Amino acid sequence: MATRVFNNRTEENIPVFVVRPSRGWVAFNWRELWEYRELLYILTWRDIKVRYKQTAIGIAWAVIQPFFTMVVFSLFFGRLARIPSEGLPYPIFSYAALLPWQFFVKALTEASTSLVVNERVITKVYFPRLLVPTAVVLAGLLDFGIAFSILLVMMIFYGIVPSWAVLTIPLFVLLAVMTALGVSYWLSALDVEYRDVRYILPFLTQLWLFASPVVYPSTMVPEAWRALYALNPMAGVIEGFRWALLGSTPPDPLMILVSGVAIALLFVGGLIYFRRMERTLADQI
Amino acid sequence: MSHVAIRIENLSKRYRIGEREPYKALRDTLTNAMYAPFRAVSSRLKGRRSAVGAQVPNNHIWALKDVSFEVKRGEVIGIIGRNGAGKTTLLKILSRITEPTSGYAEIHGRVGSLLEVGTGFHPELTGRENIYVNGAILGMKKAEINRKFDEIVAFAEIEKFLDTPVKRYSSGMYVRLAFAVAAHLEPEILLVDEVLAVGDATFQKKCLGKMGEVAKEGRTVLFVSHNMAAIKSLCSRCLLLNEGQIESSGTPESVIGVYLFLDIERGSIQYIRNSEGPFRFTRFWIEDEDGNILKSGSTGSYTRFVIEYQSVSNIDGFSVAMGIFDIYGSRVSHVSMMDQNMEISSSTSGRIKCIFKKLPFTSGRYFVTVSAYHHGSLVFLERHAVSFLVDDGDYFGCGAIKPGLRLGPVMLEHEWICEG
Repeated sequence: MATRVFNNRTEENIPVFVVRPSRGWVAFNWRELWEYRELLYILTWRDIKVRYKQTAIGIAWAVIQPFFTMVVFSLFFGRLARIPSEGLPYPIFSYAALLPWQFFVKALTEASTSLVVNERVITKVYFPRLLVPTAVVLAGLLDFGIAFSILLVMMIFYGIVPSWAVLTIPLFVLLAVMTALGVSYWLSALDVEYRDVRYILPFLTQLWLFASPVVYPSTMVPEAWRALYALNPMAGVIEGFRWALLGSTPPDPLMILVSGVAIALLFVGGLIYFRRMERTLADQI
Repeated sequence: MSHVAIRIENLSKRYRIGEREPYKALRDTLTNAMYAPFRAVSSRLKGRRSAVGAQVPNNHIWALKDVSFEVKRGEVIGIIGRNGAGKTTLLKILSRITEPTSGYAEIHGRVGSLLEVGTGFHPELTGRENIYVNGAILGMKKAEINRKFDEIVAFAEIEKFLDTPVKRYSSGMYVRLAFAVAAHLEPEILLVDEVLAVGDATFQKKCLGKMGEVAKEGRTVLFVSHNMAAIKSLCSRCLLLNEGQIESSGTPESVIGVYLFLDIERGSIQYIRNSEGPFRFTRFWIEDEDGNILKSGSTGSYTRFVIEYQSVSNIDGFSVAMGIFDIYGSRVSHVSMMDQNMEISSSTSGRIKCIFKKLPFTSGRYFVTVSAYHHGSLVFLERHAVSFLVDDGDYFGCGAIKPGLRLGPVMLEHEWICEG
């Protein structure tokens, strides 16, 4: 964080740290992050362990939320509004999109307040603060995995056989994780200074939902606007994910490219902003 | 070979007062946003000038100013000083929790910091799980925790409750477990803040014993404490911090001597450090019968302890208590409004006075832990918030003052009758 650390090892193998005020942009200490990988693992594990403590149905929540959202969406958007679903049954069309979408929203909601929630630890002990929101986002992958199993059941039910495109699933999951991380780095660092973040967030995710192809296919967006539309990173992630599993219309390569670039910018920008905030974090929290 | 463990040069830390405000309201955010560009420019300009010695606006305080010292490998250094003197800030900078405003520190070796016991404990997790989480946060590797697991459990004496969530632990068990994990850290340099102030007397003794072992193993330790007995027995050298600067350094005996009579000229007025909250204490002092603020009390004389408070709204049902400790960390006594069924009723600011018609304390310095209760539940606690000095006095009013003779911290009101 605040300090530059030079891991000059002396002949006795004692690391030497130098603590001094930093100025301007500070580079990431990747080596230090690597050295703290076990802590990332333990923090992720802790977040998973704690998540459903003292709830009556525990981990079942991971399934209930996307499932019932899907039911409601199918009823209102599928049946009543008759939104096209590219020839796919509407329930599975929306459920496949809800998986990455709800992973993203949950990650944001929990990660954005994570630094403030962990205030006591942050003001009492040093470790790379980046681990805190990262662990929260990674812990969400468990819910994602559980909800995913329902999707498999639905695919069997509807008799959908995935094509070779299914091999690209890890790529789209990775993109979803990177989007969630990128946005979480921004929001969690902002939340330290401005607690407004927690009030803006529900509103933001609601708008974002309609800007993403969850309840409708992106083919409904006029072609001329699609590149612009894909600036929303989740557009590319969701379309890609749905295509890879259900074999809907292949996503426009331009869209995937634009979303990919947007994700990279968001992620790197988030890292840099977080890094900048990190050095005054313990004083401001 | 130099064998230097820590070298600190002109280390300074400036805090903006109010930087730790709980959070910014939307109104503040908007006004701040308006001023932000100007502030950013001006702070940048200020930053470019030499930070130390530059004209500092009134809303900044130096928590640490131009501190330089060197610690050799294997030394155990005690750091003493009043609350707010900069002790914790120093440890926070060395452990990289916060960044210095200026200056430089060079640290040879891995640092383990123990600013609080139980950092990262999660109430829902079991004792076993918390050992891993807490150990990892403090910087232990999983293999290291595995290796020491049994030792930690034995030290904490919680074998039977290993798989119980820690929220069901008694506070004693909680503290024991927390300290046990921390005590098994093995960094080259250990930074310890007032962590021995918690737990019961037996456990404190055990902790001190463990600290002594750590010190003997040749590790470098910086040890902050209000417990002068612990400082004397553990440390080879001692530093006294006052208002962010090193006031004195040397053998524990000599530095403690300086500390005990620190700022005697300035009188007993002290500010009380507060965390955020609607109710806060502001100042403390001791005064005589006529309301003159005293530099020190004297045994047997009429003395009033005064605490000022402020509140954002009318308060009702508050009561205040003070725990009085000697410099060896033992509780001498405790005075509480609750014992006399007293409460503060309906005011936004005021003074609470505690009157001793005959001050019972013998000569020396005493620390006061200040706490506040709202309808009987604790809402504020600051350990060793302030201190006061007592000189020898004529307790029994018969001209018999025996300076230096201190056979215990309090005098007892009593009479003798000789029959026969």
